[in-house]
Amino acid sequence: MASAVHNVVETKNYLNSDFGIKSWLLTTDHKRIGLLYLVSITTMFFVGGFFAMLIRLELLTPAGDLLQSDTYNKMFTMHGIVMVFLFLIPSIPAVLGNFLVPMMIGAKDLAFPKINLLSWYLYMIGALLVIYSIVTGSADTGWTFYTPFSTQYSNSAVITAALGVFVSGFSSILTGLNFVVTMHRMRAPGMTWSRMPLFCWSNYATALIQLLGTPVIAITIMLVALERLFNIGIFNPQLGGDPLLFQHLFWFYSHPAVYIMILPSMGVISEVVTCFSRKRIFGYSFVALASIAIAVLGFLVWAHHMFVAGMSVYASLIFSFLTFLVGVPSAIKTFNWTATMYKGSVYLHTPMLYAMGFIGLFAIGGVTGLFLATLGIDVHVHDTYFVVAHFHYIMVGGAVLGYMAGIHFWWPKITGKMYPETWGRIAAGTIFLGFNLTFFPQFIVGYVGMPRRYHSYVPEFQILNVFSTAGASILAVGYILPLIYLFWSLRYGNDAGPNPYNATGLEWTTASPPPKENFHETPVVTWEAYDYEHMPPIPEEEPVVHR
Amino acid sequence: MGENFPLWPTAASAGAQNVDALFIYLIAVTGGVTLLVFLLIFIFAMKYRHTKAKAVQIEGSVPLEITWSLIPLGIFMTFFVWGAAIYFAQATPPKDAMEIFVVGKQWMWKMQHSDGVREINQLHVPTDRDIRLTMISQDVIHSFFLPAFRIKQDVLPGRYTTTWFRANRPGRYHIFCAEYCGTAHSGMIGEVVVMEPAAYEAWLQGGRGEGSMASVGQKMFQELGCSTCHRFDAQGRGPNLQGVYGRQQLLDDGRSVLADDNYIRESIVNPGAKVVAGFKPIMPTFQGIVSEEQVLALISYVKSLSTPAQTEPASNRPAVPPQAGATKVQ
Repeated sequence: MASAVHNVVETKNYLNSDFGIKSWLLTTDHKRIGLLYLVSITTMFFVGGFFAMLIRLELLTPAGDLLQSDTYNKMFTMHGIVMVFLFLIPSIPAVLGNFLVPMMIGAKDLAFPKINLLSWYLYMIGALLVIYSIVTGSADTGWTFYTPFSTQYSNSAVITAALGVFVSGFSSILTGLNFVVTMHRMRAPGMTWSRMPLFCWSNYATALIQLLGTPVIAITIMLVALERLFNIGIFNPQLGGDPLLFQHLFWFYSHPAVYIMILPSMGVISEVVTCFSRKRIFGYSFVALASIAIAVLGFLVWAHHMFVAGMSVYASLIFSFLTFLVGVPSAIKTFNWTATMYKGSVYLHTPMLYAMGFIGLFAIGGVTGLFLATLGIDVHVHDTYFVVAHFHYIMVGGAVLGYMAGIHFWWPKITGKMYPETWGRIAAGTIFLGFNLTFFPQFIVGYVGMPRRYHSYVPEFQILNVFSTAGASILAVGYILPLIYLFWSLRYGNDAGPNPYNATGLEWTTASPPPKENFHETPVVTWEAYDYEHMPPIPEEEPVVHR
Repeated sequence: MGENFPLWPTAASAGAQNVDALFIYLIAVTGGVTLLVFLLIFIFAMKYRHTKAKAVQIEGSVPLEITWSLIPLGIFMTFFVWGAAIYFAQATPPKDAMEIFVVGKQWMWKMQHSDGVREINQLHVPTDRDIRLTMISQDVIHSFFLPAFRIKQDVLPGRYTTTWFRANRPGRYHIFCAEYCGTAHSGMIGEVVVMEPAAYEAWLQGGRGEGSMASVGQKMFQELGCSTCHRFDAQGRGPNLQGVYGRQQLLDDGRSVLADDNYIRESIVNPGAKVVAGFKPIMPTFQGIVSEEQVLALISYVKSLSTPAQTEPASNRPAVPPQAGATKVQ
């Protein structure tokens, strides 16, 4: 398949084919829209990270001395809303998925380019509404908006923040719609489902959840607004409502949303582990179908967030059981990635370091999820820092590390430039260390009994919190480093060439950065995915600078 | 270390020790597997480094896939069964447990012992006695969390939830609110004081005030005019409440309902919801008229009407009926 590399020198590409602000704001090119998302979500990531830093600083001491309790409550609320709805959910699908899915299947663009642009505008309106809500006083309900606190008791900017979530949800729905249609209708000749890269499979599974789940959160937010603005009794028992109804509706979306955040990362890991082990994936069809199984089963486990909420014990029993089932496909994936490294030829480039970090941290996040699925244990650790640690292992150790792996892996393709490898490795190590120091102590302090969302806490929890805060500072450095060297590489990085890692996949057969229409002629696929047997090894030296 | 830097929570009940045992089992099993994954990644990364190894292409292995699907599933099922057993034991309080009522509100816990002692953010209990907590919130959702007993139960507005424990170690243990409830959520904390039975009795003698909750409830039953309709014969406009508690009640729409705490509370604040067969939906709501503590006292009284050592039936002295039209709903 090496013969498929047909572009050697490209002068015109998607970045320099048009100039001016209008050529970006009105673009329908999936690659440019991916970059619009990249800039927007990176901004939101650092906004959310700033809130996280304030939270960690407050928790350095047991007394609530840095922030007022209302301010603290707003900080963790906005940290959650920004990170979940404005960073994690769009992160990989909207940036890397947008950029790569059409190229990976040999298409010129997504099925609905204008709708793709509309998605970005909806995202921006949602993001601006959330920022407006921060400026006008912030919500203080937690990102979970639990009723009746959010509908009747909170005096904060609940409606504006929720409206932001509501609007950005439509962005997510439209992206999902675009991906599903694109993958069904626009695969190049020979690109059968069983030859599709696993990154596409996992984005397909994600898109299904986005399409089917997101409308439910939209409905739920509408109901919250009805009760808050017009006193229509839906959730508040004093008005004849039921507060648990909210939790069912909220988690019916928000649990599958966890899979919206993690599945695309899993796709990235499948691409990276194969490339840097120079091997085909171990058990392609099991990894692919595990994504679909996670997407389907993910819809049937929502009430495991409610084991102490006052739900029927028999409902708890069923949801506990189903939650254990959804653990199986995740375990399958973990074992398959590990087995892919077996008898490989392993390169420890930055994306691979992130991928190995992902597998380990996702394993910890996954098995601690089993603790929470175990009814008798969940009663004790529910709503403690154990849960906080667990989902950060999934959301940061998993989703963010996968995102970082992907950004580094495809940075040469997106920009045509190499990132500095040494700095990349240093940052990856820093993030891994900082992350574990931040969140591992939280498992312990959670089991000892520290509840989450506490502005002040009893003194015996302090030492573990000091570890956490120290770790968060290291983590912050680890995040700022890539921001600097990736910017640096735009100007000073070595030219990447079309395929600096000799990776398989159609996106590597075209120039870097790719031409506007991706491929000069529609590729015809005659090989399986991850056909590394027929690829040369990764070049030892980075390509020389041509400037 | 130790007291100022605990890495493990105190266990002050047999239930807590059970949870710890399960927790240790999970750590051992999942920790082992996680360590194995870490180790394999490390070994593969070293052993198959590109400088030493050329890749050998492997398609996959169906038997291996089935093995590493079924073995985890089998292990998960042991977690599931053991966890469910603990959970069910926790969900069914022993019949003769000592009852304590807990009312949560932003941002404090109010406890009431059935013999009338009230406490705020403190709960005194004896060792080796089953303690059943019946809880309700006056406003938003709270969650009553006792780490030393490894129990937690959300406290909802509008209906009762219960949990229970049996302390086996005297001491002072934290009470935390675990469901975020607004400004002073982290200040909604208190302590359980577990005492030897003798010490507990002595403490109780010091604090007894206005009589048992049932007697407070009986007084209110008169004052609110409940006794006008709920008479202790068949002539009342409302059902005779003697012997009602804990029995199935036939409703006017043909369904039947267990007359438990939640049903009696509902019948006080929303009487039209489930009307007993043979009666008209004429009772006015008492929502906004009686506080959650008063509802609990009324329930205690109704409950006392069904216990064998029953108090003398209330006299039939007239009382002012509540003004239905003036009912405030908040």
